[in-house]
Amino acid sequence: MGELVWIFLSAMVINNFTLALFLGLCPFMGVSARVETALRMGAANIFVLVITSVTVSFLNAFILEQAPYLRIISFIVVIASLVQIVETVIKKVSPTLFRELGIYLPLITTNCAILGLAIFQTNRGYDFIEGLAFALGAGAGLTLALVLMASIREESELASVPSIARGMGLVLIIAGSLSLCFMGFAGLLSSS
Amino acid sequence: MSEGNVQAGTLPPSPEHTSSFKMISSLGAAGAAAGLLIVLVFGVTKEPIERYKAEVLRLAVSEVLNDPARYETLYVTSDGAIEASVPAGTESEAKKIYVGFDADGHATGVAVKDGAAGFQDIITLIYGFDPTSGKLLAMKVLENKETPGLGDAIEKDLAFVSQFEQATPPLAAVKRSTGAPGEIDAITGATISSRAVVRIINESLARLRAPIEAYFSQASAREEALP
Amino acid sequence: MKETTGQEDLLRGIWRENPVLIQMLGLCPALAVTNNVENSLAMALATLFVLVGSSLLVSLCKRFIPGEIRISVYILIIATFVTVADLTLQAVVPEIHKALGAFIALIVVNCMILGRQEAFASKRPPGRALLDALGTGAGFAIALVMLGAVREILGSGSFLGVSLFGPSYEPWIVMILPPGGFLTLGALLLCLAWWQERQEVKVSG
Repeated sequence: MGELVWIFLSAMVINNFTLALFLGLCPFMGVSARVETALRMGAANIFVLVITSVTVSFLNAFILEQAPYLRIISFIVVIASLVQIVETVIKKVSPTLFRELGIYLPLITTNCAILGLAIFQTNRGYDFIEGLAFALGAGAGLTLALVLMASIREESELASVPSIARGMGLVLIIAGSLSLCFMGFAGLLSSS
Repeated sequence: MSEGNVQAGTLPPSPEHTSSFKMISSLGAAGAAAGLLIVLVFGVTKEPIERYKAEVLRLAVSEVLNDPARYETLYVTSDGAIEASVPAGTESEAKKIYVGFDADGHATGVAVKDGAAGFQDIITLIYGFDPTSGKLLAMKVLENKETPGLGDAIEKDLAFVSQFEQATPPLAAVKRSTGAPGEIDAITGATISSRAVVRIINESLARLRAPIEAYFSQASAREEALP
Repeated sequence: MKETTGQEDLLRGIWRENPVLIQMLGLCPALAVTNNVENSLAMALATLFVLVGSSLLVSLCKRFIPGEIRISVYILIIATFVTVADLTLQAVVPEIHKALGAFIALIVVNCMILGRQEAFASKRPPGRALLDALGTGAGFAIALVMLGAVREILGSGSFLGVSLFGPSYEPWIVMILPPGGFLTLGALLLCLAWWQERQEVKVSG
């Protein structure tokens, strides 16, 4: 049990996917202007991450043992199809949610966090349950980073900044500061 | 920001409705072609990749066993026996060890490759161990994805790496060594990675030490029995 | 889409529509592997190979790809080229492959590559697609090497592994750590914006 909590925490804050590993930067930069959209994007990501993790566990156990060189291509095909299926299901079951998620859902396909999760999970040899903890932690970490970023950006809209810093430059500097803060979580490891 | 770009594209090339059969067959064809190409490239690159890996391993084994005259690959099975070969298909269950011999054919030490999670990802290392003296011969990190500039010092910091020579396991990673045997000074700024290295060796030896020692005492008994 | 000349297709991606610095595409690899110049170059070359290969193929096959499943087919094509690049790097320059690690596989999800297929290669003849891919790839390489150079010089005090300032230099280790990536790109963008503003002032004044 302790091991699982550890995997979760490590993926969430110590090796935060966005701020320490640079995975999932596209939505981080693109959808972090409003807290509400950030939360929704985070939720959609957690959902896809968890299904991906489950599927990848099965793929690794049954198919890729024989043909490791087909790894990248089968992962990406699985992710692309999963996103497509999730999209269709949500559209049928809850058109409201579908409208709210809008463009973010198909974009998850090219979110490197998802493929990154599949690859890290495989490299580290996580079993089914560990993979789930890892996916939940990664998803929670992505959401945390997105929401933090969105909150800061909402505030900074009212601040007076030099004209040259109104674009992405400022966003990246904020991300850098957040990333510095998250490095502090490494202390969790040395105290264990 | 990709969203803007992808969306900016105009409509797909064929706006008219395509039959499911056509979609499935083109996807299938693309998949088959992709698979074929990958298998082809894999076939061509397999040999150099494996040759490189074997070469890296050979160099690493020689290094941590202090240049033995030759070495043999043996298998420690799951029940702790040491065999020269294992039945095909069960290689993954057995643990490979490399026993080094000097010019006279005496076994001088054993090299073991092992790995576990470090700070960021798996650390893989190889260490040489001499069961006769009970001391480590050397340690070499083979693969690490630790933070460049901090954690990756476990591979590059010679002062850290050289501490493993003649250290007596079980090891302990400490901030300031008191000179007790088995103490390893952790690298400042890479405490977690240093501890991971120490833990990998300790755990690996805890599992393998008994079979290795048994093998070595048998080997020396055999040598004495010879005229 | 307005007509462009071949020269425009080639030059556009290098600076005016630079994928990283202007369009903010492909940021994951741009920040993750640029802690030194050598890795940046290797990543840029691998990406260029994948981009050129898949743009050519997509442009050649565009008539046979049904619109509804085009994204899946593009991803499939890109993934194939990435696997080829992965295996080739591993066979030819294993040391660099080791340093780039999992990030080679992540070229598949580099939004820049998919973006070029969707926005350009799927609508243009192969010659133009090739020029566009070369230009975009070169632009990506320029951005990566710029980032890599700044981070390696400040963070390790060296360039391409050659020490610049001697042993008394105390490196800014933070520059080769993750925050340094964000900060360097942020600072670069600020400089660009400042430069652009100055140009505008010059033109209008």
